[in-house]
Amino acid sequence: MNLAIRDVRHNAPRFALTTLGVAGLLAVVITMMGIYEGALSDALRLPRASNPDLWVVQPLTKGPFAEPSRIPRDTRDLIRRMPGVAATGAVTFQTLQATTANGKPLRLFLQGYEPGRLGGPPAMIAGHGITQSHYQIVADISSGLRIGDQLSLGPHSYPYTVVGLTQGMVTSSSDPVAWVTLLDAQAIQFDVAPSLQRREKAAGRPPIVTADINAVLVRLHPGVSKAAVAQDIERWKHLSAVTEQQEEDYLTVFVISRMQKQLGMFMGILIVISAVIIALIIYTLTMDKLRSIATLKLVGAPDRTIISLIVQQALMLGVSAFALGVALTSAFKGYFPRRVQMEPRDIAILFAIVVVMCLLASILSVRAAVKVDPATALG
Amino acid sequence: MPAAAEPSPLVELRAVSKHFGEGETRVDALVDVSISVFPGEVVGLVGPSGSGKTTLLNVVGCVTEPSSGWLRLNGEAVYDQRWLRRDLRRLRLEKIGFIFQTHNLLPFLSATENVMEVLELAGASSADARARAVDLLDYLQVGHRKHAMPSQLSGGEAQRVAIARALANRPRIILADEPTAPLDSERAGIVMDLLRRIATDQKAAILVVTHDENIFDRLDHIFRLRDGRLESTEKRTGYQNDREARSALERADFTVSHASSPP
Repeated sequence: MNLAIRDVRHNAPRFALTTLGVAGLLAVVITMMGIYEGALSDALRLPRASNPDLWVVQPLTKGPFAEPSRIPRDTRDLIRRMPGVAATGAVTFQTLQATTANGKPLRLFLQGYEPGRLGGPPAMIAGHGITQSHYQIVADISSGLRIGDQLSLGPHSYPYTVVGLTQGMVTSSSDPVAWVTLLDAQAIQFDVAPSLQRREKAAGRPPIVTADINAVLVRLHPGVSKAAVAQDIERWKHLSAVTEQQEEDYLTVFVISRMQKQLGMFMGILIVISAVIIALIIYTLTMDKLRSIATLKLVGAPDRTIISLIVQQALMLGVSAFALGVALTSAFKGYFPRRVQMEPRDIAILFAIVVVMCLLASILSVRAAVKVDPATALG
Repeated sequence: MPAAAEPSPLVELRAVSKHFGEGETRVDALVDVSISVFPGEVVGLVGPSGSGKTTLLNVVGCVTEPSSGWLRLNGEAVYDQRWLRRDLRRLRLEKIGFIFQTHNLLPFLSATENVMEVLELAGASSADARARAVDLLDYLQVGHRKHAMPSQLSGGEAQRVAIARALANRPRIILADEPTAPLDSERAGIVMDLLRRIATDQKAAILVVTHDENIFDRLDHIFRLRDGRLESTEKRTGYQNDREARSALERADFTVSHASSPP
């Protein structure tokens, strides 16, 4: 006969309410873990979409996702001619606020690329890629844009038309990604207003013409050493070349790590609160049945029966709350305004933490129960 | 024809003392108490509050360690200036039944489960424990309440379930702490008749702590305690007229079953 189950059944309303409360806290923890995993996944989608072997960036910088990088546009041609290089693509990146046709602001992460070269959008769910030199845009469906929609970008009044849609392409900040031609992207990013050009001319200075790019994506022929080509680029072209793996590491270590620390701190606090709630309710349940515990001891129950009763109750509470928390998160994660990605590994780790938390939470109650004098049952 | 051999006492205390605290705070709860209780006897421990009745019961129940003296239970030396057995819980589980003033049933177990629990603690299988628990509840005429929770039982029913629990492991020593206190005089008499019958049928020794003078005539001996000392020992004629007992039981709203002895 399982005393813990019988006692829980006897105190069902109290147990159920506590389980619900702890489940809510654990659901928040699971959601936070999911947000982190989602942000990590989102952050890696863009670099992985192009899938280059090397990123060529400004010397002594760590790539466009870690820090600003500006290099001349002809860098792509220099790199393309190097031995072992199969394909290249010049790209620019910028976050901007577009304006939709109905005047609503829309935040986008804009990538400029050369159609036909590396750096374009991945497989589209609707429409097609960019077919003109100007004023076409491919956007992620999370932007809310649809095929044929028009929007203004940067200082240009001429509207861009949506010709293709991708899915799941967002940044670690959940900004939708969009693609325009490199020429358009450079114009949006670097064009100087006519009034400013006139002032420069009046001052006798040459016109401001900037056609920089942020990075060059490089794909190598099969069997060519990434490290060797990267070394050649750094030695002879005086640029930095980082591998795809290094770029991902910079993203996760430098860019996402702060979020990880912030979420980790919140998760820690919530787990401690959950442990305190479990400890409190198990302690209260134990205090309520001190006389029963004394009676059990008097009639001959060993300490392990009493300890098992308390520990099992704590575990039942924690595991039930955990299961309910997972169910709640699974049911409602679709309504969360960010990607919540529940990883089995994270869920397993949290389960282990919950089990340890329950064991720790029951220590106080076990100590109180073991100290009960069986003589108190006799009054 | 040789005389029948004197039976050995089931409970035997010699010169048992118990004090709490030391120096100015020292309280002598028991002072040189010696008593013997034989199989089939129901004895009363009476005395004013603080006289040492419950301490004596705790000592016999191996819950409180005496300060000196010796104690023998069921023929086994249990204490002689120190505990002689390490596993006192096992001893209590197998040899001693406890009946409490306020029944002390576990509130989260049904009547049957309360009885089953001590059987399972002693190693019985769940099926065997359930069968014996139901038999005992039937014997004590509360079988119809076997699924009820303690909060749903009347005082008399709860006390009978508590007695069933005390009998579960067939102990030969039963310690009862004010078992009739929460009952009216008629039901108190019936409970005492029941204990009397159990003592007779199981050849058990039953020690009853009581203030209730109405049940004194159901006792074989009365040990009067005062300030921790055994003030007097009174041998009663007892309540051994079986016909009278049965007739009293049958008048009540619950009776001992037709079985002649507990299952």
